[in-house]
Amino acid sequence: MAESGAGAEVIPLGTRGRPGRGTGSSKPSSAARNLAAGSPAKKPARARLPGPNHDAATKDREPDTGIPVDDWLNAVTDAAGEILGANWEPRLAELTGFLRRRVAGEYVVDDYGFDSEVTERLFLAAARPLKEKWFRIEVRGAENIPTEGGALLVSNHSGTIPVDGLMTMVSVHDHTGRHLRPLGADLVFRLPVVGELARRAGATLACHEDAEQMLRGGEVVGVWPEGFKGIGKPYSERYKLQRFGRGGFVSAAMRTGVPIVPCSVVGAEEIYPLIGNLPALARLLGVPYVPITPFFPLLGPLGLIPLPSKWLIEFGSPIRTDTYQSGAADDSMLVFNLTDQVRETIQQTLYSLLTERRSVFH
Amino acid sequence: MALGRVVLVTGVSSDLGGRLACRLAEAPGVERVIGVDVAPCHRHLDGVDFVRADIRNPVIATVVAGQTVDTVVHMSVQAAQGRGGHGRTPTKEHNVIGTMQLLAACQKAPGLERLVVRSSAAGYGSSSRDPARFTEDMAARSVPRSGFGKDVLEVEGYVRGFSRRRPDVTVTTLRPAHLIGSRTESPLSDYFSLPVVPTPFGFDARLQLLHENDLLAAMELATLQGTHGTFNVAGDGIVMLSQALRRLGRPTIALPSLALAGLRSVLGPAGVSGPDRELATYLTFGCGLDTRQMREVLGFVPEHSTASALAEYARSSGPARVSMPRAPQSTSPTAEAGAVSG
Repeated sequence: MAESGAGAEVIPLGTRGRPGRGTGSSKPSSAARNLAAGSPAKKPARARLPGPNHDAATKDREPDTGIPVDDWLNAVTDAAGEILGANWEPRLAELTGFLRRRVAGEYVVDDYGFDSEVTERLFLAAARPLKEKWFRIEVRGAENIPTEGGALLVSNHSGTIPVDGLMTMVSVHDHTGRHLRPLGADLVFRLPVVGELARRAGATLACHEDAEQMLRGGEVVGVWPEGFKGIGKPYSERYKLQRFGRGGFVSAAMRTGVPIVPCSVVGAEEIYPLIGNLPALARLLGVPYVPITPFFPLLGPLGLIPLPSKWLIEFGSPIRTDTYQSGAADDSMLVFNLTDQVRETIQQTLYSLLTERRSVFH
Repeated sequence: MALGRVVLVTGVSSDLGGRLACRLAEAPGVERVIGVDVAPCHRHLDGVDFVRADIRNPVIATVVAGQTVDTVVHMSVQAAQGRGGHGRTPTKEHNVIGTMQLLAACQKAPGLERLVVRSSAAGYGSSSRDPARFTEDMAARSVPRSGFGKDVLEVEGYVRGFSRRRPDVTVTTLRPAHLIGSRTESPLSDYFSLPVVPTPFGFDARLQLLHENDLLAAMELATLQGTHGTFNVAGDGIVMLSQALRRLGRPTIALPSLALAGLRSVLGPAGVSGPDRELATYLTFGCGLDTRQMREVLGFVPEHSTASALAEYARSSGPARVSMPRAPQSTSPTAEAGAVSG
């Protein structure tokens, strides 16, 4: 609108309201004509008055009719460009398409209830800033995750709330483009909201039927064999691996012949240092523990903000299981030995990663 | 079998039973179809001899033996039907005692060659400890202690007993998933057609459904083919409950799961309807079925997947069902609720 101000009279400052170097007539002075040589006289030359006073030029106000529609449009366009980036138009169309699909229910979930669209666009997108800015996660050995076919990722578990599982999911997705399919305890699926979100994010129950079915289907499946023993252990026992379940994950991998990828996560122990527990309340609520951290429940909801510890995630070299004979999964001794081997690998990696980390927060 | 089969079908007064009897009457290799039901049959069944008899009564033995029946199709095991219709006790009586009597009659019939039982996947129950997909040899993780699920487990127990005592009879047990279709009245379709659909807060069940026509086709195939065994029957793929309700365009309201199960018993007298306890559990955790046996051994391929069965149901009965209770007022709650549920 500024350029179309045909009726606006421009009066340079410091001339006490009298026309200064410009005449104010529709015919520009020769000096002005010279300056505006490049552009034909379509635009009134007085709008382009030369000199240091030009920027401070004022113009008469238009009649007060609110903000013109064009300005609104420009503002919306600029805002969209600001938020969605340069090619905002197709992205906005995509976004509305996404919302329409969600509202109409026109999306596909797999047999386990995994909703890849909402996982990529909401869960992973929301967790990514946490991964990159808050915990500043360094990922090592991502090339050890097979780019195709089934694989079983076995990781240590810590941190009072399974944030490490979510961070591992983001890391696996960002470095390989594959979705990590976590196996969760039945408590996860019994809890309202948590269970729904877990299924939607690709989790399923940690039972051998589902594990084997998923591995046969060529998915990267994640297990945390320490379970609640690992995640709910006191801060004083940090980085000490707990018992690795009953080795069910190893026999599932052996039956399906997929490699086991050991994964060591350093940093999750410090996000909510567990210094106490309320066993009576936990029994009442039917959960394994009710945590007390230095900030929770003292600070209420603020205590739920995780401490910004520095994280390192290392994926170890895969352990092959397809070289064993067919009945090997039923050989308990072999299964226990392999379980121990995986556990030892993760424990040793944890120690070496800890020596590398300068401090908890750097 | 030069003369073809003589097939006895139970439960022909229900819509599905009647349609199955008619289909079998037209099938090649079937000489005669005898339809049995305790309720009078209100419509003409082409080519079916209707016998009004109660399968809970030993009289059924005379029908099985007297008519030289060689194939029995037990279709009348079903969940209580109709909104607030007859109570649980008669249904249970019909399912369990009826099956006992029918099997006793079958055991005494020397000419019997095949038995096809319509069981249900309700026997798998629903819980947070369920695997994603039940195969036929898995037991329920949370055994149904009441309702239709318990009936199903008892019925299947009797069928197994019969199979042991009469090893010469080919016994096929089908476990269909929840049925959906334009003509089927099932607890699930009653639920979907509530004016405002209550859902369990914080849970989103995985639903695997079967189109009514696919159940008929599977029953017909099992009857004509005679494959021994137990088979899950369900459409491919799953749909989440929230997704299904959005596709149907139903208004929803989230309630805590306990309130959902209690809705019917507490507010029932006030005219508020809701899912019964069993359905409420199903709507909380859902149930998935492994259908590999159905494809590979029984050789049945359903025409509809879960999603297309649901779409078909939405097309055939969507707007009509909503407007049924109060025709003039039905449009506005639907429209505003569409926004709420979105």
